[in-house]
Amino acid sequence: MDRQIRRLGLALLVLFLLLFAQVNYLQVFASQRLADNPANATRQLIAEYEVDRGSILAADGRTVLATSRRSPGALRYQRRYPQGPLYAGITGYYSVIYGRSGLEQAFNSYLNGSAPELLPQTLADQILGRPKRGASVITTIEPALQKAAAQALGSQPGAVVALDPRTGNVLALFANPTYDPNLLASQDPREVRRAWSRLINDPDKPLLSRAYQELYPPGSTFKLVTAAAALQNGYTPDSLWPNPPVLQLPQTTHVLENFGGEHCLGGAPKITTAQALTVSCNVVFGEIGLALGADALASQARAFGFAPDAASGDVPFALPFQEGVFPDPSYFTRRLPAVALSAIGQDNVAANPLQMALVAAAIANGGVEMAPRLVTEVRDPSGRVIQRFPPREFGIPISPQTAAELTRMMVSVVQSGTGTAAQIPGVTVAGKTGTAQHGVGRPPHAWFVSFAPAENPQVVVAVIVLDGGSLGSDATGGRVAAPIAKAVMEAALGG
Amino acid sequence: MSRAIRTETRPGHGTALALTLLALVLSVGAYTLVGLGKKGHVPVDLALYGSIFAVGYLGAHLLIRRLAPHADPALFPAAAVLTGLGFSMIFRLSGGLAAEQATWIVVGLLAFAGTLVVVRDHRQLDAYTYTIGFLGLALLLLPIVPGIGRTINGARLWVRIGPVGFQPSEVGKVLIVVFLASYLAAKRELLAVAAGRLGPLRLPPLKHLAPVLFAWAASLAVLFLQKDLGASLLYFAIFVVTLWVATGRAAYLVIGLALFALGAWIGYQMFAHVQLRVDIWLHALAPSKVFDQGYGQVAQAQFGLATGGLVGAGLGRGSPWLIPFASTDFIFAAIGEELGLLGTTAVLLLFVVLVGKGLKTALEAADAFGKLLATGLAASLGLQAFVIVGGVTRLIPLTGVTLPFVSYGGSSLVSNFVLLGLLVRISSGPAHRAGDARIRSGLRAQAAEGG
Repeated sequence: MDRQIRRLGLALLVLFLLLFAQVNYLQVFASQRLADNPANATRQLIAEYEVDRGSILAADGRTVLATSRRSPGALRYQRRYPQGPLYAGITGYYSVIYGRSGLEQAFNSYLNGSAPELLPQTLADQILGRPKRGASVITTIEPALQKAAAQALGSQPGAVVALDPRTGNVLALFANPTYDPNLLASQDPREVRRAWSRLINDPDKPLLSRAYQELYPPGSTFKLVTAAAALQNGYTPDSLWPNPPVLQLPQTTHVLENFGGEHCLGGAPKITTAQALTVSCNVVFGEIGLALGADALASQARAFGFAPDAASGDVPFALPFQEGVFPDPSYFTRRLPAVALSAIGQDNVAANPLQMALVAAAIANGGVEMAPRLVTEVRDPSGRVIQRFPPREFGIPISPQTAAELTRMMVSVVQSGTGTAAQIPGVTVAGKTGTAQHGVGRPPHAWFVSFAPAENPQVVVAVIVLDGGSLGSDATGGRVAAPIAKAVMEAALGG
Repeated sequence: MSRAIRTETRPGHGTALALTLLALVLSVGAYTLVGLGKKGHVPVDLALYGSIFAVGYLGAHLLIRRLAPHADPALFPAAAVLTGLGFSMIFRLSGGLAAEQATWIVVGLLAFAGTLVVVRDHRQLDAYTYTIGFLGLALLLLPIVPGIGRTINGARLWVRIGPVGFQPSEVGKVLIVVFLASYLAAKRELLAVAAGRLGPLRLPPLKHLAPVLFAWAASLAVLFLQKDLGASLLYFAIFVVTLWVATGRAAYLVIGLALFALGAWIGYQMFAHVQLRVDIWLHALAPSKVFDQGYGQVAQAQFGLATGGLVGAGLGRGSPWLIPFASTDFIFAAIGEELGLLGTTAVLLLFVVLVGKGLKTALEAADAFGKLLATGLAASLGLQAFVIVGGVTRLIPLTGVTLPFVSYGGSSLVSNFVLLGLLVRISSGPAHRAGDARIRSGLRAQAAEGG
């Protein structure tokens, strides 16, 4: 009997070793994979809301874009966006079911306290039984400008970006339509699913910011890039160009017309580069484009940050920035007319307000393009700065002389050209309008790119109003977008 | 059976006292930590529950010292830690259930004491082989009786008479083990006779296979009539193991396994609930099924264990209420979520200690009945723990049985404390008392019979 009892003991020991192996598998080897299983959502939700997630603050360090507060419900903390839709394009959303976007995603490890810099404090909190606390993110956003941008845009679809050209600081970043991130942060999964399905099925795609994530034809605002290329390649503001009523395009019977079919400057036989920009003459800029060629245009666009296609791009930014697009020169080899069209911001050229604001900022900053900066620093819960993000230079796309010349040309656009609606009494404003066609029979997108004061630029503002905004097919950049830019610049300079 | 009845002294009562105090500290400590983790303060009932554990555990220790002085010092403390840990986890899940469980712990400890007081010599039980066997079988089949049987969670394993409800299979388990040990101790030599050979196996005469077939049929009947997969499996396994140990014939083990395979196949073919259990085992985490009833239970147990990880969320800091039946069948997963791999390993080790000490008791027992009884009791503890922990961790299909000493439930707790009492009794040997002539004469009779 004893032999059998010993064998039984051995057999039972083997069974318990199997159990031990299995719990090791579940709790160590497969533990992360199992814990991250989507069906374990409730536990993930509870764990996420256990953390006193850090705040996202405006430049003043006081205005709260996103924060956490104690929740009376089953989950410990509740994410809150006090201004709701106003800053959604910056904060992004924070949903345990659908993940994160915006700064909530980009700075998640700081906000949720898992960044290595926060380890000593996290350990201390754990020992003391306090909830885990995340770090706060200080942005460059100026609440006054953000509000002015939202107010000036009103209910029109479009976007506004304001930058400080000296630092690249993003002062305002607003787009319509926007959404209320509070709905996706709800603790009621049904409410979150309902809000999500409404947002994700909305044809206007409110979850993607039109300020920096979508692309549109930049139209005449792109003439700034073309003009920059001309000045960098030996032409001057006073270079004279033939001024026919229409431009006969090479390799085709098509012609390039001016806006509204007009003859620029009352039909003068020749006009200067500066005059062509002031009145936004398509025919002359088509000529300039053809004279420079695709290589010069593409390399100038690249220097400003434009990418050869939507999948590439090298402008550093805290948020998923979709850089503007100017096709690779090889694209133009058998498409010479496309060179003329691209020079006026049509054909396959694409941009968004952030990209055009960067172009204007490089001009305003004497030719030095600063990378857009949205976050200045990260502070731990006790207020100590644990990470700083100093201003960074993106590149020098143009010489100081070209910058000065372009600034003078842009000033005349506002003083006597297409952008007079952006004039601010007592301030010299530099600007460029754009009225971009996109599809037959659809109202044009209205653009305005500007900065002020021209002699000492402090703020750059780029505006797009989609489908003509409130003016529909009568819209032009000067009539619809320029007043919005003016309002934001006034808010920046008046404050 | 040549060894004399052991009278040498165990290494000190000091060890037993130290281990009992350790069990007390662990139990009350875990309970206090639950209060701190859950509510941020020491539980308000600390004095009440703390004194229940202190009086109960130390009282049991003193009783063992008096009535079973040579008992293995680790048996009671190991069970006491499991009981305290289970109570803390039940308190963590529900204050109301904890109050009931505390009552059952008191009743269980009284039953433990009663066992030691009444059973002064385990061989007393040997006199009532068929009475005990009949009682065990009756209890087993009691839930089928119309009017008093209750179906809970799909299995008919509850009995309710008036206000008192209990799970007869848990109580029956101990009686069946006693019956088997007694029956086989008497018949083992007869059953061990070989009639023929099949390869290396010496086959018993056909007529002696009858008890095996009877036990097999009884197990299948439990499965048929009560849909109680766990109890069915457990009874049959205990029977086959005890038979094998008693006779030393591997043939019984082989035949038992073959019958088990046949029974499992029949069960799988005939019963939707058996098929479901297997499907849940295989596809608990399939995205299309993971939220379905049954699948979700097992999936939540996996998630709980996985979320617990190496060190666990901390007592009172996890979400074990997400696991269905967390206080009964799935309590191992709840422990794993809050105490991590360290906690689950500790529970497994405590069972290894209990089972190991039980089998050591069997080895040291002087008589065949004592050996078989200790073996059966230890094996039933070990197998039951394996069946439920294996089911919860998805090592094997889930069959609902309680985790001995840990799970919530009066029937389980009380019968396991009786089981523990018997093990302690066997490990200590008979209590000698002047004037206890009845036992002595019994001993002599036994010695004459077994010698």
